Amino acid sequence: MKAKIHVTLKQGILDPQGKAIEHALDSLGFKNASNVRVGKYMELDLKETDKAKAEVAVKSMCEKLLANTIIEEYRYELSA
Amino acid sequence: MNIGVVVFPGSNCDHDCQHVFRDVFGQDVSMVWHKEASLAGLDAVVLPGGFSYGDYLRTGAIARFSPVMQAVKRFAAEGGLVLGICNGFQILLEAGLLPGAMLRNQSLHFICRETYVKVENAATPFTNVCKSGQVLKIPIAHADGNYYTDPVTSASLQANAQVVFRYCTADGTVTPESCPNGSLDNIAGIRNAEGNVLGLMPHPERCAEAMMGNDDGRAIFLSMITSCERKQSVGVR
Repeated sequence: MKAKIHVTLKQGILDPQGKAIEHALDSLGFKNASNVRVGKYMELDLKETDKAKAEVAVKSMCEKLLANTIIEEYRYELSA
Repeated sequence: MNIGVVVFPGSNCDHDCQHVFRDVFGQDVSMVWHKEASLAGLDAVVLPGGFSYGDYLRTGAIARFSPVMQAVKRFAAEGGLVLGICNGFQILLEAGLLPGAMLRNQSLHFICRETYVKVENAATPFTNVCKSGQVLKIPIAHADGNYYTDPVTSASLQANAQVVFRYCTADGTVTPESCPNGSLDNIAGIRNAEGNVLGLMPHPERCAEAMMGNDDGRAIFLSMITSCERKQSVGVR
């Protein structure tokens, strides 16, 4: 299976990169863009055919390494 | 005193720490490669600054899995002194030896300049030669030094006097403007609840002898040496 993982700063934690991009978008004239959040995107192949097992593994990877849950949140998608 | 300086791939302040302990203070220093699994015979361990594992994923996130970190955890649990400077502080946070996490500096810039820090707790093995409230001028050099922790942990840091250093003005006033990186409560350095593990972002090893034009950093190394000598004189590590 393939896992696609997104890690972003938690809501409520200041994201200075997001703010800088928001200001840049504003100066470009995109006045309708707000709440820019910057994150990381990771994908990986899992030697696993059982979706439930894959989910347990990916969740554990996120909790232990891929995200620092003090400051970051994560979400993932699994596909065959 | 026997001091171990841990060397990770990408550490770059390891030799500065070695120099200060060995050449400035005349102590025995061993360089400990990150593959080592034992810290036997050491009185204190330093996790130096640098860019361990290229800061991949997050600062300190990969170094935490080095074999030596299991030994550092045991060493800390047994009461050994552990000092983490800059990247060393970031590694201690990722390893869970200190609470909280580092965010990117509020300005997004890598900041390399002198800062003033106030000694908030002078009753630690890392600050015992300082006076409470004393101001030290110590340089910082980091991009991720914006300390963050949740409100509950922040309150417990305060309650247990775990905040050891705060960024301040030259006269010791803690103001938002004197905080270089956006750090919560101007935090520059914290200790664990037990008091034997300290992490700080400023680099005391860069200002520990008069020929450097500033020797305020000496206080931290001298405190550690003093603390170890006291313990040895009463027969405990």
